[in-house]
Formats: sequence, structure tokens, C-alpha cells
Amino acid sequence: MRRGLRSAFAVAAATVIGLTAGCSGGGNDSGKPVTLKFLSLAWQKDSLAANKRLVAEWNKANPKIQVQYVQGSWDNVNDQLVTSFEGGDPPDVIHDDSSALAGFAGQGYLTDLTKLIPTELKNDIPDAAWGTATFDGKGGQGIYGVPFLQESQVLLANKKMLDEAKVRIPTVDAPWTWDEFQQITKKLTVGKRYGIAWPLKSPVNKVLNLSLNFGGTFFQTSGGKTTVKVGPQEREVLQRIHDQLYKDKTADPSTLGMGTTDPLPGFYAGKYAMVPAGIYLRQQLVEQAPSGFQWVTIPPLKGQTTQQGAVSQTLSVAADSKHPEESMKFISWFLNGQHQADLAKGDWLIPTSKTAAQDPTLTSDKYGWNVATASAKSLVLAPYLKVNGFDEFKSKVATPALQSYFANKISLDELAKKLTDDGDKVLSRYAK
Amino acid sequence: MRRSLKYLALLGYLVFLAFPLLWLLSTAFKTPREMANLHPRWIPHHPTLRNFSDAFAAQDLTGSAARSLIVAVSVAVLTVVIALPAAYALARRRSVLNRIAIGWVLVSQVFPVVLIVIPLFIILRRLELVNTLPGLILVHITFVLPFALWMLQGYVRGVPRELEEAAAVDGAGRVKTLVSVVAPLLAPGVVAALLFAFISSWNEFFFALVILKDPDKATLPLTLVKFTGAEQAARLGPLAAASLLATIPSLIFFAIIQRRLRAGLTAGAVKG
Repeated sequence: MRRGLRSAFAVAAATVIGLTAGCSGGGNDSGKPVTLKFLSLAWQKDSLAANKRLVAEWNKANPKIQVQYVQGSWDNVNDQLVTSFEGGDPPDVIHDDSSALAGFAGQGYLTDLTKLIPTELKNDIPDAAWGTATFDGKGGQGIYGVPFLQESQVLLANKKMLDEAKVRIPTVDAPWTWDEFQQITKKLTVGKRYGIAWPLKSPVNKVLNLSLNFGGTFFQTSGGKTTVKVGPQEREVLQRIHDQLYKDKTADPSTLGMGTTDPLPGFYAGKYAMVPAGIYLRQQLVEQAPSGFQWVTIPPLKGQTTQQGAVSQTLSVAADSKHPEESMKFISWFLNGQHQADLAKGDWLIPTSKTAAQDPTLTSDKYGWNVATASAKSLVLAPYLKVNGFDEFKSKVATPALQSYFANKISLDELAKKLTDDGDKVLSRYAK
Repeated sequence: MRRSLKYLALLGYLVFLAFPLLWLLSTAFKTPREMANLHPRWIPHHPTLRNFSDAFAAQDLTGSAARSLIVAVSVAVLTVVIALPAAYALARRRSVLNRIAIGWVLVSQVFPVVLIVIPLFIILRRLELVNTLPGLILVHITFVLPFALWMLQGYVRGVPRELEEAAAVDGAGRVKTLVSVVAPLLAPGVVAALLFAFISSWNEFFFALVILKDPDKATLPLTLVKFTGAEQAARLGPLAAASLLATIPSLIFFAIIQRRLRAGLTAGAVKG
């Protein structure tokens, strides 16, 4: 019935539109030179400028392959893309992140770039990064995007407070262990001040990425069937954050409902000594922190390892693009070492390019760039990227369950049961 | 006492309504440092115009505002032109077909936009209306029309039939009756429908996102969202400055025509 109504409505809409089609603007079929549409999601001031500058440079040097820059928005890019994929009119070159690629590749919306990627570009990006864009597509496993920017989870700390507490400032080679970190937050919790603020409004990716410190993957696959696993390794980070909140009382529970950037005013005001952050947040500190406020970037914590799950920003080519080779040509120029360095600086993220990582700015100690760039070696493929149905698991099961756990409404055992029981039900629907 | 309580409640409601706008106004003039202050203040300590210059430098605000204006005005006018006669016919002529039509208008409001957007996109593409302002205008009209029709129909019902009969008795023809008697009485309804259509179209985001591809065709909501990034991050200053400017045309439009938005013109019209 519902489908009938929908079709009827579509027909009605077609009729209305048909009646008024006389005012059509018409298309442009001139065809020469080739014009590629490039949907970019850059939004920070410097990053936007770098993107536009690079496109202008390319257009000047390549009159036969012109690129039209279209700025999209992270907030709604996937809705926009699904519509244009289904409508057969997608942009040629698409900026997105690797968590969105899995679904798009599976639906056949993206071109398998495996054979199109030039050797130079292939060698300049480490295999671990390529792994974040390698998925099962319609024609088998392939690379569905060129990964170029990554984010690691670090801590941003009030330097003065660390000095006063006589705390060892860690380096990438000698990072804090989780035990050490918990001890230090105790030292830094003084009077009304908390050692750390955990903003956990969207807890899932953060917890899953950090759990790799202890080898916690949360998913296991056997016989083609993926299920949720919450064993001792997965429980480590969960338990430790919970302890900081309710046992050690070194983390402020009032920040639990906050988004990533929300605790910053309290951080500047000295309410918390440290905040966990993606490395891009350093940009906000540079822009917003009161003059004289000294801060330091603390490298990824170590459990058994410092490994963290990584998601990459990627450039892909739409399957419906009429110019896949030209698109790849543009992408490989756009993402060469020098350009990746410019893009990374603009977005305050880590480039995947080995050449770019040697850029003097990215290795200087100013604004913690050296720590951020070196943290790239901790990044490995986030296991959830390969899980069909992860988005639904995340929104329907994991987010509410983790929120209840961190709000101290359910125990760790109850959380584990919820994640496995409800999670498996969701994932079983996606099993092929 | 009761009167003062009433005023107090009204004041509370006004503050509630105006708060976001006032906060926007305050934020638009703040420096990034002041925005990140743990104890925010209403009046910026060091007011700055940099957010405005940054907003204009980053995006084509003037162009997108002009396009939004073209779309919203076209939608408002065309919606009323189509809805008015239809509403009159629906209100005055009672038949099974009319009842079905009214039911259909209501049913069309039930569909979530997400369900409709892909078929609609495909239709527009066949008609070569994707990436054109006429395409967007058409879609906005399609979505605003049912409610405008419903609203105007109520206004037509409010005009006593006896007035038309009296005009007929006095020798006025059908057209003369409609133009000289009915139309003036419907003015408040028309104004309300115009406002509704204008504001709906001016603020509409999702269809514009899907239909308009070229940056030089983007409407204002599409341009504003470009100041936001992933994980709820945003360039708050330029966003507030641009949003503040974006509310101005709506306010002007409202100020110009709100004087005509008065009900009760027909009160007492049929008393002896």
C-alpha cells in the first residue's frame, strides 16, 4: 500500500513537473575540455585556501582536464552522495572518509582504483593506510579511495599544571602507559580541579580506537559471520575510563554528555588539567587559548602497544564518472607529497604520504606537530571499518549502551551482554 | 494583578523566542578567545567585525543571498497564484472529488522527505532541471503548496457566502464578485500564505543540497553549512556573522507585509 502511494506521488510529482518543464535551464553538452567535478569537504580556513589554490594551479597547468571545485559539508555529505549515486549524476572525485567507503564500495558506487593508482603514489603511502580504503566491492576486493589525512587520539595538557605536579612529559618513544596516566591524573586532581575531562557524547569510535592499545578489537569473524566480542582485552579501556570517573574521581562526570570541543573553555579556565582530543583540536587551542596559556601535546598512550584504530580521509572516483583515468591523474597530482603536507597543515591532521611527513613544519615541535606526525606510526586499520552493519550497531546498540555504562547506570558485565546480544542480532542481518 | 501576570508570561515567552537571535547577535561580534570563555557574557568585551570579513572572504554570501531571494520570492508568488483559485474551488464547491482532493493534500504531507528525494531527483534529471534554480523553485512549490492550499481554504471558508450572494443580487458578475468582494477579504490569508511560502523556501536546505551542484548556484543555507566541519566542530564566529545577515531579509520581508496580516476584517460584515 505504502509503495503504491509513493509511486502514485512520484507520478503526480512528475505530472506537476512535466506541466512546468518549459522553464528548464537545459544542460551543457559541450564536452571539451573534460571537466571533472571535485566534491571537497575542506572547511577550515587554511585548508579551504589550500584546496582552492591547488585546484587553481591544476586548472592553469591542465587546460584539457579542468576541475570544478564543489564544497560539501561533513554533516550531510553521505545523504547528498547517495542521492547523486542513485540519480546517476555523482561528482567525479569524491572526498569522504574511509568509514563511508565500505558501504559505497559494496553498493558498486565507486571505481576500484587498484589498477589506476600510479606506482609512485602507491609507494609513498604505507600499506596500513591503504588498508583503510580497501574493501569488498561488487567486483571483489579493491582499493576504493586514496587515503591522505589521518587523525590520532592524543591528550592536550596544561603545561603549567604538569610542571607543578613534577610530571614526566612523555615522548613518542617513551609514552605514558595507561597505568602511569591514571596515576598522573590522580596527582593532577587537586581541590575542584580534575585531572581529565572525558567528553563522551559520541563514545563509540573513541573507545573502539583506543581499545586497540590492549588488543581489543570488539569484533571477530569466523565462517564469514561477524560477531561482537567483549573479552578481557576489550574491557581494559572501558574499565579504566570508568574508574577515573567513579573510583579515582579524577575525571569530571559533568563532561560526559559533551562533544569533543565542549570541554575546551573549562580546560582554558583550569577546571581540567588534560583533555583527550583528536590532533586537529590543536588548531582551536592556537586560536582560542588565552594569551600565556601553555599547553603540550601528549602522544598516544600505551597499553600493550600504542596502537590506535585509524580512519582516513580519502579521495575516490565515482563508478558513474565518465573520466576515471583523468580523475585519477588529478588525484595523484593533488595528493603528492608536497600537496599533502599543505593539506595536512591546513586541517591540522597527519598526512599519509611518507614524503609529506618529512616537511619541516610537520616535524617541528611548534604546536606539537612533531608529536602529531610521529603518532602516525601508532595508527592501524580500525577493525570496525570492515564490519558490515557497523553504522547500525553503533547508533542503535553501542552508543546508548556505552552512554549508560559511562553514566554508571549499568555494570561492565551488563554492557558486555548488551553489546554482544543486541549487537549480534544487528550484525546477523548484514551477514552475506 | 491578573493583567500583570499575563504581561509577565508574555515577556517570558518573548525572551524565550528572542534568546537564540540575541545570542547569535552577541556571538557574531566576539573573538574566538571570548567565545571559548567559560563564563560567557552578553556584551562582547572586545567587539570585532572580523567574523563578518572572514565570512565574506570565505564564501560568496552576497551571491547566494541573491539566489535565495530569487527562489523564495518566486516560490511565494507562484504558490499563492496556484493555491488561491484551487483553495476557492475546494472551499466553495462541495463534491466527492473535492473531498478526495483535500484528503490527498493531507496524505502528501505524511511522506518523509528522504523517501521522496531519490525519485524526485531522477525525475528532475530527466527534465534537465537538476542544478537549476527553476528546478529548485519547482520542488519547493511542490512541497509548500499543499499546506498553503490547506491554509487558504480555511480563509476562503471564513468569507461568508452571503457576501457573494449579496454582490450577485446587486448585479455583480462572477468575476467582479471575486475581484471586488472576495479578494480583498482574503488579503490576510494571502499574506500569511506568502510569508509561509517565503520562509519555508528561504530556510530550506535538503532539497537545495541535493539539486544544486555548482557552487555558483548555491543558496544561502548551503553556503552557511560550509562553516561547519566534522564532529560538531564549526567556525563559530563567521557562522554566527553569516547567519545573522541571513535572517535580515526575512525580517525585512516580514516587516513590510505584516501590517496586512490582520484577521477580523470580515467581523460584522453580515450584520444588518
